[in-house]
Amino acid sequence: MNTGFTRAALALSAAAVALAGIAAPALAQRDPAYEAARQSGKVGEKADGYLGIVSGGDAALQKLVNDINIKRRALYAQKAQAANATLEAYALTAGCLAIARTAPGEKYQTPDGKWMTRTSADPIRDPRCP
Amino acid sequence: MKVAKLTNPACRAHKVPMGGVRRAGTAMMAMLGSGMAAGCISVSAPDKPIVIELNINVKQEVVYRLAPGAQNTIEENSSIF
Repeated sequence: MNTGFTRAALALSAAAVALAGIAAPALAQRDPAYEAARQSGKVGEKADGYLGIVSGGDAALQKLVNDINIKRRALYAQKAQAANATLEAYALTAGCLAIARTAPGEKYQTPDGKWMTRTSADPIRDPRCP
Repeated sequence: MKVAKLTNPACRAHKVPMGGVRRAGTAMMAMLGSGMAAGCISVSAPDKPIVIELNINVKQEVVYRLAPGAQNTIEENSSIF
């Protein structure tokens, strides 16, 4: 009885681990519409830590960008509070890193507000960026 | 004698400030003149637009302090980055 229970619990936890293993990468992946918008250069990383529409953009794209930015802002606010920093400081820091991790072909914004296409070279970032 | 001694200082007291004011005025005019002749600073408008950095109050040391944590935050929430 006892061993049976243990075995069942073990199987259950193994299943949970397997499930989490499947779920985690799925959660980490970008929405296909977002990924496509990035690759096509319709959206880009702004210097302030938020996503921006490079040019044009229909209502659906605007909604996609707004949704992501609302989530980012909530995340920045929470993490900034935990780190005893301001929302702006945290967002700027995240912006530095988000621009640094753009893939070649994706768009990013320079500190003076110009949209640039990322190449294999280092992006032009705020002088305060690490 | 006594009368003359009393009136004279009173007369000086009136005249000295008057002369002083006139002298100060002359000195000011001289300063203005020399200032215009030598120490002029010319200010011209820049040809590029002035960019006002809104995040100027964010210090570099703060960014450096936050960067490691922010890197983790981005990796943990990569679906929105």
